[in-house]
Amino acid sequence: MKRRECLAAVHADLADCVVVTIMGAVAAELHGLGHRPGFFYLQHAMGLAPSIGLGVALRRPDRRVVVLDGDGSLLMNLGGLSTLAREAPGNLTHVVFDNASFVSIGGYPTPTADGVDLAAVARASGIPSAVTVSTVDDFTAAVRHAFASEELACVVAKVEADVVETFAMDLHLLENRFEFARSLRGGA
Amino acid sequence: MDGGTYDDDAAAGVNVALDSAPVPPSPARAEILHAALRGAGIGLVAALPETWLVPLLHSLDGDTGIRLVEVAREDEAVGIAMGAHLAGTRAAALMQNHGLFSALNAVVSGALLYRIPLLLLVSDRGHFGERDPWQTEGGRHTRRVLEAVGVVHDDVVDPDPGAVARQVVEAVSLAEASLSPVALLLTRRFLWEEPG
Repeated sequence: MKRRECLAAVHADLADCVVVTIMGAVAAELHGLGHRPGFFYLQHAMGLAPSIGLGVALRRPDRRVVVLDGDGSLLMNLGGLSTLAREAPGNLTHVVFDNASFVSIGGYPTPTADGVDLAAVARASGIPSAVTVSTVDDFTAAVRHAFASEELACVVAKVEADVVETFAMDLHLLENRFEFARSLRGGA
Repeated sequence: MDGGTYDDDAAAGVNVALDSAPVPPSPARAEILHAALRGAGIGLVAALPETWLVPLLHSLDGDTGIRLVEVAREDEAVGIAMGAHLAGTRAAALMQNHGLFSALNAVVSGALLYRIPLLLLVSDRGHFGERDPWQTEGGRHTRRVLEAVGVVHDDVVDPDPGAVARQVVEAVSLAEASLSPVALLLTRRFLWEEPG
């Protein structure tokens, strides 16, 4: 299963969502599939995408917030899972693309390559629903189920460590930041 | 300690200057700061608890107008406050100075990089009046670290409610006008009420 296939499968579902994504391949692929004003690409501050998503979700309970995370990023902020679980915003869905690799730096393996189970960590942290999926159909079903359930959920997608041709996006991070904030000031 | 001699064991962990029994951080001062945050329109505070901040956290916990989010590590607090700001809420991150050190990349590569105005409320451990030896190494660096990354800061010392309210409003104003985090250092003189 490729990360890009997963993103393509739910891209239409994300259109009306607030999306906070990590840097690198996830950001480049989501942007390549089609940018929306409600998509925020966190180009640095690795590990903080779920924290930023939580801050948005708590202040905009009327919006569906989706965090697109990665195994390397999540491993930098495992404590953030316990914070998510304590707050448990039902409008937040935490997607983790687990390719067992820091693919953006050329494929250096992360601890999930040696068996760390991020969905199990999420469950043990108190996330009400945390599943691991390895097919595009299962991924799509899990994301749509999370959206419909109105319950904080974590979906760990086991994907290939495929690279992208370029991380360049025709969208400066500040342009993205101001457009994103403006989109949140509008109605749902 | 006799005149002309110095006892390391007595100095370490013992209050050589203040013989009075320690009193807890002041709930009244916490209420003053809480009122100032409310008055400045702060809608969310993301915080990591520490001894000096416990009264403020207890006070905030009962406020339906300010959303308190307690975190596991301080960089989360910066991230959550960033998200709240992007969602249109005036936000603060509350932490110890050592927590600020831990959260430095969130401040630099999050709030500063993305030009997010945040109020950083930082307890000023290891500075004047500190009694815990283990806080003193960090205490000597707090201001220089903030200055090194270009975060403007001010000390909260005067406990007059009007002065605190004005200081918080001014910090928020500068943060929003400069699109940058601004830090208020919560000194021992402000957070504690001690004789002398």
